[in-house]
Amino acid sequence: MDNIIEVRHLSKWFGSNEILKDINFNVKKGEVVCIIGASGSGKSTLLRCINLLEKPSGGEIFYRGKNILSDKHDLQEYRTKMGMVFQQFNLFNNHNVLGNCTVGQIKVLGRKKEEAVETAMKYLKVVGMDQYINAKPSQLSGGQKQRVAIARALSMEPDVMLFDEPTSALDPEMVGEVLNVMKDLAKSGLTMLVVTHEMGFAAEVADRVVFMDKGVIAEEGTAREIFNNPKQERTREFLKRIIGN
Amino acid sequence: MILIERFGVTIMTWKWFFKVIVDYWPMFLRGAGVTLLISIIGTVLGFAIGLIIGVIRTIPLSDNMVKRVILKIVNAILTVYVEVFRGTPMIVQAMVIYYGSLMLFNIDMDRMFAGVFIVSINTGAYMAEIVRGGIISIDKGQFEAAHAIGMNHIQTMLYVVLPQVIRNILPATGNEFVINIKDTSVLNVISVTELFFQTSSITGNVFRFFEPFLVACIIYLIMTLTVTRLLRWLEKKIDGPEHFNVIPGNQMQVARPEDLAKKAGQ
Ligand SMILES: Nc1ncnc2c1ncn2[C@@H]1O[C@H](COP(=O)(O)OP(=O)(O)OP(=O)(O)O)[C@@H](O)[C@H]1O
Ligand SMILES: [Mg+2]
Repeated sequence: MDNIIEVRHLSKWFGSNEILKDINFNVKKGEVVCIIGASGSGKSTLLRCINLLEKPSGGEIFYRGKNILSDKHDLQEYRTKMGMVFQQFNLFNNHNVLGNCTVGQIKVLGRKKEEAVETAMKYLKVVGMDQYINAKPSQLSGGQKQRVAIARALSMEPDVMLFDEPTSALDPEMVGEVLNVMKDLAKSGLTMLVVTHEMGFAAEVADRVVFMDKGVIAEEGTAREIFNNPKQERTREFLKRIIGN
Repeated sequence: MILIERFGVTIMTWKWFFKVIVDYWPMFLRGAGVTLLISIIGTVLGFAIGLIIGVIRTIPLSDNMVKRVILKIVNAILTVYVEVFRGTPMIVQAMVIYYGSLMLFNIDMDRMFAGVFIVSINTGAYMAEIVRGGIISIDKGQFEAAHAIGMNHIQTMLYVVLPQVIRNILPATGNEFVINIKDTSVLNVISVTELFFQTSSITGNVFRFFEPFLVACIIYLIMTLTVTRLLRWLEKKIDGPEHFNVIPGNQMQVARPEDLAKKAGQ
């Protein structure tokens, strides 16, 4: 299988703190990779380095074999291939639900309005928000906002979807609706890279689980390997803490 | 005695008040027209200047050395512009620009043009700061989400950030507009025929000060109150309806997460 993303010796410094240290890992087409780890271990930073919201300090990132850190690379075009879902939703406040899902298609991809609306409606249906196209973000619940944010990212028809703790800012009763959408997406063959604290979700849909600790990948393997038979002592401790709660 | 005298003065005043209106209403009207024209154009152009400067001043520094240097120089120039025009009175700016261009460059500016020019760049300096504050106050997540779907700085500004900034700074812009209506009166020092200038001319004809300026006062108040109301209406319009309509769809076709969850729960 081809690697869509290859990360080689990635490092990231914030001032004098090395937040990511020599990160190496790949994402294959159609794979669902979950990144778990304690708060502050660098999960978000890694995800943000992958779509270059943070500038890596060292190392290389390859997208379909091309080095995206080289000067020649078209940053904007690359980002359209990486759908990003944020913990805080970050819906565009000046657009309604439909506008959120069409503005990128029209202004960045250059799609015609009708095509953009059609595509947006398709994905709003997938997340069950097609009835709310006229609503403004401020009129939606957290779970609804996050589902729209997922539809917005999907509407760009990206190669890879990046999720940064998409359910962490939600009230408990809304976590389920978002996770269900994500499970459907995972089963549909979408390539996904998900930072999450939802171990049940990771166990159910992840092809691979990456455990991060203090800026390094401490262990990675199939969901079964990581959850049932972790090799590292720190993985075991982390899981005990999480599942103990 | 005093009471009767006061009463007499009051009657005199009212007589003059109406006489001034009846005799000189075309002059008042023209003056008010010029005042309104200069302050409208000045506010709109100043707003545009402010938006452009605000966008330039928030461009992230590039890694490219040349671009970096150019941006720093441009920013320095803009800072000087803002500080100079915010730090000096408009009445003095009017004199310096009008007579300066005449003496130094031998340009005899049209007075009306000079008036619009001065009000615009003056408003621009204030609006630049207001816009910058407006951009800074927009949540970082809005920028990140826009960048994440592939927008560059200009697209992010045009389609995501500025619409929100404009909505947020509308009250401040209305304030600038009201200030401009009042402050165009200083342009009388370069003989722009706005309302204050016209009123002064009228006082020269009737040899009375109170009544003509009372009329001017009322006209200024009508203009500022109208503008304030109009802007409030515009704000409401931009905000849109308070409620949205749920579009009833054919739910049978769609596996909605709620339905899936319900199914899973059974
Ligand atoms: N912009 C920044 N400047 C300085 N330090 C930062 C910045 N962003 C993140 N960090 C630091 O980098 C470390 C890793 O942060 P990161 O957000 O990647 O952790 P995380 O694993 O996503 O944690 P969480 O589970 O809480 O989201 C933290 O110590 C954080 O304080
Ligand atoms: Mg995080």
